[in-house]
Amino acid sequence: MTKAPSLYMRGRAEIDDVSIFEGLSLNVVAGQWTCLLGSSGVGKSTVLKLFAGLGEHVDFEGEYGASDGALEGRIALMAQSDLLLPWLTVSENVALGAKLRAETPDPAKVAKVLERVGLSDKAARKPAELSGGQRQRVALARTLMEDRPVVLLDEPFSALDAKTRSRMQELTAEVLDGRTVLLVTHDPAEAARLGHVIHVMTEHGIEDVTPPTAAVPRSVEDPEALRVQASLLARLREDN
Amino acid sequence: MTGWRAGIASAFLGVAIWQAIVWIGDLPKFILPGPGLVVETLWKSRVTIFDNALITLSEVLIGLFLGAVLGGLSAIGLAASPVARALVRPMLVFSQAIPVFALAPILTLWLGYGLWSKVAMALIIIYFPVTSSFFDALMRTNQDWVGLARVMGASGRRIMWHIRIPAALPGFASGLRLAAVYAPIGAIIGEWVGASKGLGYLMLLANGRAKIDLMFASLIVLAILTMCLHAATDMFCRKFLDRDQA
Repeated sequence: MTKAPSLYMRGRAEIDDVSIFEGLSLNVVAGQWTCLLGSSGVGKSTVLKLFAGLGEHVDFEGEYGASDGALEGRIALMAQSDLLLPWLTVSENVALGAKLRAETPDPAKVAKVLERVGLSDKAARKPAELSGGQRQRVALARTLMEDRPVVLLDEPFSALDAKTRSRMQELTAEVLDGRTVLLVTHDPAEAARLGHVIHVMTEHGIEDVTPPTAAVPRSVEDPEALRVQASLLARLREDN
Repeated sequence: MTGWRAGIASAFLGVAIWQAIVWIGDLPKFILPGPGLVVETLWKSRVTIFDNALITLSEVLIGLFLGAVLGGLSAIGLAASPVARALVRPMLVFSQAIPVFALAPILTLWLGYGLWSKVAMALIIIYFPVTSSFFDALMRTNQDWVGLARVMGASGRRIMWHIRIPAALPGFASGLRLAAVYAPIGAIIGEWVGASKGLGYLMLLANGRAKIDLMFASLIVLAILTMCLHAATDMFCRKFLDRDQA
């Protein structure tokens, strides 16, 4: 992995002449977790799509990119849906990126990342044989396998049950340590647990919120994180 | 097992109705022969029927194979290229407006009375269902998969090969299942229009000589052939193409 850059985005976006966001100004700190918290429909996924280079359908005016040059080839993406290919085994799914780039996947590395997410014994299984939490761990292993300095997370834990979600948050925070992570989420608890930096995105723009002081990932019982979570929720409820 | 028993029961019922019509209507055997006579003819003419069935079967199999390959490649080409879609799809739809029957004499003129005019008929009749069901499936690829692949740095060609085609194989399979039933129709039409061999030829010949029992025997063999072909295709699709969608 090369050194993690910081990211920036300033501008406005439209899709089919409908404004998605205006006057956005966002900085994503190098090597840390930045949480972009917002309700559905405020355009936070559009921000992510633009950074990922998947924004052909978006009319964007402004500028975005990495502090040290082009972003292309330095990004890994993890979404709400695990996006595992059902016809491939777990280890083939993990090695998908290499196969898609016509490279030879390194089996030792595949085994290593699967061990890291605790799924060594499931390497030969098909995704359909796994639980939702296990599947999302495979998606995390696939993200790790890509070994990119920037990781974009689009509500990757929102389809999981509360217990699985909290464990998955801890695991993800641990294995992605040192990378520039932009987490898009609608869950105040998630932002309070995981954000080194927390931004609330509303239709009026982006607001900074002081994050809790404890190290990431914060304990589910951390009183300060719980207070921040409550104030984040209150902030979200102020808008319609 | 229930389905299997129901099939046998249904066959018996069909034969019973057939026999009842013959008895009640007191029909002469050159209008409607009874099941007994047809089975007898089937046994007596087994060599002739078998030889001709073999011809029809090879026409159908070659047509099915070529149609599957050509249809599959066309679908991939259309899915890969918007230019090809714009140019070729209207043509494909137009070609479907031409009754295949009308093409048979032309094909016989071009390709002769032998095997290849029938292969061409079978091919033409299955080409559209194969192409269209595979193409539709190729165009329905989960766009999030494609997005993920692009972030991973995949080219359009590799996305096609590693994601869109494998994801669309069940669609290809439904096209093939249809094709297995349609292909014999094409071959028989071809044989009707001009042939000296094959089940279609045999039926026409038997009909002309008022050997309706032989015609029915050939028809039954053709139906059984088609059912076996469909069952074999279905097995092939289950084994290699279908998938439990996760």
